Parts: sequence; structure tokens; C-alpha cells
Amino acid sequence: MNPITPIINGLSITLKHLFMKPVTLQYPDERPKVAARFRGLHALNVSHNKAKCVACYLCPTVCPAKCITVEAGEDDNHDKFAAKYEIDMLRCIFCGYCVEACPVDAIRMTGEFELANYHRKDFIYNKERLLEKK
Amino acid sequence: MGIEILGLPMMYYIVMVVKVLVAFVFVLLTVAYATYAERKIIGHMQVRLGPMRTGWHGLLQPIADGVKLFFKEEIVPSQASAFAFLVAPLIALVPAFITFAVIPFGGTIELFGYKIPLQVAAYYDTTAGQVFDVNVGVLYILAMSSLGVYGIVLAGWASNSKYSLMGGLRASAQMISYELSAGLSIVAVFMLSGTLSLTKIVELQSGFGGFEWYIFKQPLAAFMFFVCSLAEINRTPFDLPEAETELVSGFCTEYSSMKYAMFFMAEYANMVTVCALTATLFLGGWNGPFAVAVPLLGPVYFVAKVYFLMFFCMWIRATVPRYRYDQLMHLGWKVFIPLALVNIVITGIIGYFI
Repeated sequence: MNPITPIINGLSITLKHLFMKPVTLQYPDERPKVAARFRGLHALNVSHNKAKCVACYLCPTVCPAKCITVEAGEDDNHDKFAAKYEIDMLRCIFCGYCVEACPVDAIRMTGEFELANYHRKDFIYNKERLLEKK
Repeated sequence: MGIEILGLPMMYYIVMVVKVLVAFVFVLLTVAYATYAERKIIGHMQVRLGPMRTGWHGLLQPIADGVKLFFKEEIVPSQASAFAFLVAPLIALVPAFITFAVIPFGGTIELFGYKIPLQVAAYYDTTAGQVFDVNVGVLYILAMSSLGVYGIVLAGWASNSKYSLMGGLRASAQMISYELSAGLSIVAVFMLSGTLSLTKIVELQSGFGGFEWYIFKQPLAAFMFFVCSLAEINRTPFDLPEAETELVSGFCTEYSSMKYAMFFMAEYANMVTVCALTATLFLGGWNGPFAVAVPLLGPVYFVAKVYFLMFFCMWIRATVPRYRYDQLMHLGWKVFIPLALVNIVITGIIGYFI
């Protein structure tokens, strides 16, 4: 086969690409558009000024990475609520099973993906940090 | 200025030194910014952006790279033969730069009453009324470009590492075999021009309003010379001596800091020289419309041609993958050398009958 034609074809392709708009995202300056179903940092949903979580223990049960710690408590109305709700982000694999398992729609995942921190203890998100930000 | 040296006033020497400095600094800057241009162009060809963060659109990137390499630690491997290891980058770098001395980058301009030919190794003889340059300019360039291979082979040997040695061996085999076909392909040009002086060769291409280029008379020779030159200066697709997928970094595996930067600069300086030489031999040098009437247009045309060819080198690098070693040897010995010989014979036959 003639060896010149493929090279010329290749050159024309690279030349066409030279004038295309680059797909690069200048990350810290430009922010990516996070998809609606993106599985980022968790958030606890709020209803009537308190977390919807009823401490049913389904999420720590289903969690494959065993990163969720829940402790139940009893409030003034004798309702069960999560006295302690912690997610260890170093263990979490962001599978979203906790969201699927939740029967009361108390937990969801946000588009927040910048989870870097300086200390290991900062990766353990307690209930206050997970509560939905208003 | 009353001081005279060899019958010529001081001002003349100052003007000559300024010419050399301007040319040298220009080549140095081109070498520095060729790295930037290469990263930018290849980036955009791959639908990326290339360097963006140092300065406006990454314009300070070559300077940042230079400063970084300058302050890096100099490492000489304990098993390396130190003298050869230290001297090898210089042997690679110096021929790369001094080759530029014989390339004419413009016509003759008049400065402070002296006629200055825009070529480093040339002078204007007022009694004869013409420009004298190195009359074996092309031979000088071929000699210098084959000196460059010693630097690479020496680097490969002195590093005392298997990857470096392999790179050095590949470089020697490749450069020597492609030098043959590069040399043979420009023989056809000498058969047309009848001279080895680059100034004369450029003059001979000035017809048709500056478009009587040898590439139209010798397209095959131009193509072969350019491709063989790419192989000789180890550009992709012929960058086997430093094939990073197989040989880590080839001959410069063990090099760090400024010594590595010297190899890098030598590579890009070689690219500038080869593009300048191709422009001179085949694209009419500094010739172009009105270049004779307006002397300052000459360097502009020349730089434009050189930059176009350099863009072409980068374009090829973004397109063609690296040749396998046997393919490389096959291409050099079984395709280019016979083609160059046939080209010489045909040029001779046509030249005899016309």
C-alpha cells in the first residue's frame, strides 16, 4: 500500500483538530458542571427544622465500606432520632447505597467533590457538618 | 573612532559583533520559545490547551522551565566516567549552534556606512564589490551536524547505564545512515546550482519575483532532505534514541539539571538549523517579493519560512507515531538512498540535455 496517503490523512486530521475548541477545563478558575445525579458529599435532609433521620440503622447495614456510624436517641416527643450520625469520608466509596436504602429520604448526595483536608480527623463528618446547609 | 585593526575601523568590528549577537540571541530565543510553541501546538492538535498558567497563556513557561532546570541538583552517577559525562552535553550543544553561522538570513544591509551581509560568516569586500562567505557552507553544515552525534554517543557510553547505551547506539546507527541519504539528496541541488556557497544558492533562487525556488525543480530532493533531516536530529517519528516507552529517556536517562537542558536545547537548536537549511536550499532562503529592493524584508521572509517549517515539524510530531527500529533502517537504506541516487541520475541526465 502507498505509505504517503495515510500520513497525509493523519496530517489533515491533526490540522482540523488544531482549530477545534479545546475541551480542557481550567479547573480552579472554571468550575465543572456537576451532573444532577453526581454522588458527592452526603447531606442529611431537614424537615421542620430537624433532621429527617429516624435512626433505623438501614444505612450502616447496607454500607459496603462500613463508614456510617449511627446511634439512636429519644427526643421530647418520644420519637427515635439519630443522636450521633457520622460518615468517615476516608472509608466511604460514594456508592450511594445509603441513599437508596433510606426509607424516609433523610440522606442524599450533593455535587460537592472537593473533600481534601489536612488532618485525618477532619474527614469524619459528624451530624452538624452533614446537615443540609440553608 | 581612530583605532584601526587590520586596516578596518573599530566601528566595523562593533557592527559585525552586533550582527553576530543579534543572530545568536534570536536563535536562542527561537529555541526557547520553540519548546513553548511545540507544547501549545501539539496541545491544541490534541484538543487541549497546553501551558496556560505561567504568565498570559503560559508565555513565561520556557523561562520557568529554564529556571527550574538551572536550580536542580547536578547528579553524576558514581559509575559514570565523569569527564566524558560532563563534556558530552557540550559536544551536542555547540555544533547545534555554530551550524547557524553559514546560513544567510537576509541580503546586504547598510549600517553606519558599512555594507553588512546578513550572514554570520560572511563579509562584504568593497574592492571586489561583492559578498564573500564560506564557499563550502553546505559541507560545513553536514560536517557539524555529524559532530553532534558524538555528543549523544558519548553521553550514552559515559552514563554507564544500559538504557543510555542503547540510546547512544541507536543514535549513532540512525544518524549515520540518514546522513548519507540527506547528503545525497542535496547533491541534486548542487548539480543545479554549481556551488556549495549558501549565499550563491539563495541568489540563484531569486528569479520569478523571488519564487524560483529549488523545491519546484527538485520536489523529491526537498522531501527526502527534510525527512532525513528529521531523522538526523532525532525528531518524532524518528526519535528512537530517546524512545521513552522502551529506553526510559535514551541517551539522556542519567542526565539532570543544566546538562539535561543542554541536550534539550541542542535538539531544538538542531531543529531550527535544519529548518533554516531547508528554507535556504529549497524555499529560496530570504527571497520573496520585493526582498531585494527592501533589504529588511529578507529576514522577515526567512524567519517566516523557518517558522513555517518548524510548525511542520511539530505538526508531524503530533501526527505520526514512532517508527520501529527495523522500519527505520529499511526506510533509510532501502528507500531513501536508492531514491536519492536515482534523483541524482535524473537530474544529471536532464542537466546534460538542457
